[in-house]
Amino acid sequence: MNFTFRHKRISGILAIVPANERSFVEEMKNFNFPESRSLKLKEVMGYDKHRMVEPGVCVSDLAVFGLEHLFKNGLLQRDEIDALILVTQSPDYFMPPTSNVIQGRLGLKHDMLCMDIGQGCAGFVIGLMQAFLLLEQESIRKVVLINADVLSRKTSPKDRNSYPLVGDAASITVVERDAEDSVIHANLKMDGARNEALMIPAGGFRMPSTLATAMLEDVGDNNLRAKDHLRMDGSAVFNFVQVDVPPLIESLLAFAGVSMDAVDYFFCHQPNRFMLQKLADKMKIPHARMPMNVVEHFGNSSGVTIPIAITFNLASQLKTGYSRVCLSGFGVGLTWSSMLMRLGGLTFCELIDYP
Amino acid sequence: MKNIADILKEIRPEFDFTTSTDFMADGMLDSFDMVTLVAALDKTYGISISGVEIVPENFKNLKAIETLLGKYGVQL
Repeated sequence: MNFTFRHKRISGILAIVPANERSFVEEMKNFNFPESRSLKLKEVMGYDKHRMVEPGVCVSDLAVFGLEHLFKNGLLQRDEIDALILVTQSPDYFMPPTSNVIQGRLGLKHDMLCMDIGQGCAGFVIGLMQAFLLLEQESIRKVVLINADVLSRKTSPKDRNSYPLVGDAASITVVERDAEDSVIHANLKMDGARNEALMIPAGGFRMPSTLATAMLEDVGDNNLRAKDHLRMDGSAVFNFVQVDVPPLIESLLAFAGVSMDAVDYFFCHQPNRFMLQKLADKMKIPHARMPMNVVEHFGNSSGVTIPIAITFNLASQLKTGYSRVCLSGFGVGLTWSSMLMRLGGLTFCELIDYP
Repeated sequence: MKNIADILKEIRPEFDFTTSTDFMADGMLDSFDMVTLVAALDKTYGISISGVEIVPENFKNLKAIETLLGKYGVQL
């Protein structure tokens, strides 16, 4: 499905990562694997450091901290926010929506719209699409898009498939109308038949959490995991990314009438370095034009890896200049999405620590 | 240049890969070992095995790996 958006722009991006940094080497003892095998994997996948929240820290804590940072530094005014979109797979509660919780904690005006979207690794592009749609309304002039997840709290420390790569983070992206005649192209696909490739089986209404669902089970390959934990079918996800994502991006560029060489940077979701290298090689994109350093420094924070990649790699460049970027997110759902836009002239583009 | 069996031996030194016809079924390689193997093959032979070909059937035994490498012009 193709989309075109006109007169919209991103005016600022802030990424927030927990100060608590963990290292793969320190955590290797938790896994039932020989150290030599884990070290080989570290090299290939890019596992090194990852940022994780302290116990009890929620998505709204990261978001409120980030927004307060913007208010305090005069980069955003409270009353300017006409809509607040939160994209997360780890809300504070089933009810109320965490976006309302954030609004209330910050004392934002009542004359605004708050909305939670349950999406993960494709959530940056999907959140932007929703923000652009809201900006079609005259009453909405500025949208705050928050992507945030604290999925380390739902990942088994004894699951080598998931734990070494998971990271917690939030991002705040301000989206508004563009006085220039800008055009943004996007496309999106979903396949709910493959929804079990990435899931937390227990904890919802289908399988409520019980003592039994909290018990660690041997799930093969020497990994221990509970039904309350994140489960990722690594092979299925890898295959999905390699098969379905390249044609999506190629189709987007064809739709926009832009060649691969005319794109300055490809900011893809970052599950691990190996998967991205293979993706880049398949599309014949030089690795320098597809930043891949998020997992090794921060971990995989689902929908936040793209804003982290942007703020970590291109902050100064995007405050003063412009780049043509292709964004692509893919993951839970399954969902895969991409977006082509001119990004730059940002009021802020920064990455900060949550203490 | 190292041969395939040597590369496999570096990943899982405890096994003799010349005797098995199905490394996965025999518990000698798991999905993460396969990833490690692909990275090692890429580096050793100066190729980049396509992500869509990283499936167990292509790495189940020495013959299957040889066939896959042949597609990339690697003659052993």
